[in-house]
Amino acid sequence: MSSFSLKNFFTFLALFLASLIQASASQTSQESLDKTTYNPVPAIMHHISDSHEWHFWGEGEGSATIHLPVILWSKDGLIGPFFSSKFHHNNDDHLVVKIGAHNLVKVHGKIYKLNDGQQHATFDSEHHLLNATLPIDFSITKNVASMFLALFFLLLFFGISGYKAKRNKVAPSGLLSFLEPLVLFVRDDIVKPNIGKNYQKYLPYLLTLFFFILMNNLVGLLPGSANVTGNIAITLVLSSITLLVTNISGNKSYWGHIFNPPGVPLALMPIMIPIEIIGIFTKPFALMIRLFANISAGHIIILSLISLIFMAQSGLGDIAAWSLSPIAVIFVLFMDLIEVLVAFLQAYIFTLLTSLFIGLATVDHH
Amino acid sequence: MDSMQLVTPEIGLMFWTVVIFVLLLVILKKFAWKPILKSVDDRNSSITEALSAAEKAKAEMEHLSANNEKILQDARLERDSIIKEARAIKENTISEAKNKASSEAEKIILSAKAQINNEKMKAMTELKNEIADISIQMAEKIIKSELKDVKSQKKLIEETLKNQMN
Repeated sequence: MSSFSLKNFFTFLALFLASLIQASASQTSQESLDKTTYNPVPAIMHHISDSHEWHFWGEGEGSATIHLPVILWSKDGLIGPFFSSKFHHNNDDHLVVKIGAHNLVKVHGKIYKLNDGQQHATFDSEHHLLNATLPIDFSITKNVASMFLALFFLLLFFGISGYKAKRNKVAPSGLLSFLEPLVLFVRDDIVKPNIGKNYQKYLPYLLTLFFFILMNNLVGLLPGSANVTGNIAITLVLSSITLLVTNISGNKSYWGHIFNPPGVPLALMPIMIPIEIIGIFTKPFALMIRLFANISAGHIIILSLISLIFMAQSGLGDIAAWSLSPIAVIFVLFMDLIEVLVAFLQAYIFTLLTSLFIGLATVDHH
Repeated sequence: MDSMQLVTPEIGLMFWTVVIFVLLLVILKKFAWKPILKSVDDRNSSITEALSAAEKAKAEMEHLSANNEKILQDARLERDSIIKEARAIKENTISEAKNKASSEAEKIILSAKAQINNEKMKAMTELKNEIADISIQMAEKIIKSELKDVKSQKKLIEETLKNQMN
C-alpha cells in the first residue's frame, strides 16, 4: 500500500515538474528576450562551483561572507596569501588588485595575473582576457575550507572514539557505540567480503575513504555549504588513489589477465589488450563521474526547486510565488532526506567498488 | 564556459584534497582505526574466552557431580558392607553367647547332677548305714528271737556265710 502511494507521489512529482518545465520553456521561448524573467542557471552554477569566499546570504558589502585566503603560484613564484576581500565581492572584471609586483584581475571566479607592465585588463569581443595568464590556484577556497571542516569533524569524532576505545575495555558507550557499528560495517560487509584474506593491509585506507566521502557529503548538505564531493577535482583525486592502490597491489594474475587474456585467440589480442588497458582507467573514471554526478545532481535539484519560487515570482507574480513556496519547501525537504540517503549510499558504493577492484587485483588463482 | 568549468579539475583543489586525505589517513590510522578495531577484536576474543571458560567450568561441574555420584556409591557400598559385617558380628555374638550359655547351663546341670549324685550317694550311704543299723538292731532282735534254738542258729550262720561268699 505504502509503495503504491509512494509510486503515486513520484508520478505526481514527475508530472508536476514536467508541466512546470514546459510552462517555463514556453514562456522563455515566447519572451526569450524578456530580461525580467528569472534565470536560475547562473545562481545554481555559482552555488555548485568553487569560490574564493564562503558566501551565506545577502549581496555586496553587506552580505554574510567569510573571506578565504588566496594563494597563487605563477612562474614568478608564490603570490599571497591574501584575503579574497581584496576583490570586494566584485564582479567587475576590470578591477585590478595589486599584490606586490603583480596585478591581478578576477574574471568568472578565476584570478588572472596581468602580463608584466600591464595595468588594465583588456578583453576581446567574446570577453576573453587578452593580456593575462592564469596562475595555479592553491587558494583555501570554499571547497578546501569545507574539507578542512570535515577533517575537523572526523578528527574530533574519531579522536574521541579512538581514545574511548583505548581506555574502555567493556562494551562501547556514547559516540563510540554509534561509530563502531559503522566501522564494523565497512570492515565486515564491504572490505572483508571483497578483498579476502589480505584485507587488513587496505582497511585503514578504505575506512578513511568511506568516512571522508560520507562526512563531506553530509557537510555538503548543511545550508550554505560547499559542493565538495560534487567537485570533479576531489572525485578525481579519490579515484586516482583507487587507481594507484589497485594497480600497485595488482598481482601476477591481474597483469596476466590484462596483457595475456586467457582463452583469447591470438588474432584478437591486438584488440583485447588495448581494451584491457583502457579498462584499467575506465573503472576509476566511472567512480569519479558517479560521485561527482550524484552529489552535483542532488545539489542542482534542490537549488532548482528553490529557484521555482523566484521563477514564479518573476514570471507569474508574488501571489504565485507565495502559493508555490510551500510546495517547493516540501519538495526540497523531501530531496534533502533523499540526499542524506545518497550521502551514505555514494560513500558505500565508492568504498565497495574500490574494495572490489583491489580484491580483483589481488585474488589468487590456483 | 560555466558548464566546462564544472568538469575541469582545479590543480590547487586536487593538491589540497591530497593533503587533507593523506593527513586524515595518517592520523585516523593511528588514533582511530587501530584502537577501535583492536578494542573490537579484544572484546571478541574475551567473549570467546569467557564462553570457552564457561564450557570448561560446565564440564568440570559434570565431572565433579559424576565423582560425587561415585563417592556416594562407594559410601553406600561401604555402609552396606559395614551393616553386613555388623549383622554377622551380632549373629556371631548371639550364637556365641547362646553356645556359652548352653555350655554353662550344661556345666551347671552337670555339676548339679554330680552334686545331686553326691548327695544321693551320701544319703544312700547314710540310709545304708541307717538301714544297716536298723538291720543290725532288727537282726539283734531277730537273732535274739530266732536264736532260741540251735537249728535256727545254724541255719543263720549258713545263710550268712552263703551271702558272704557271694
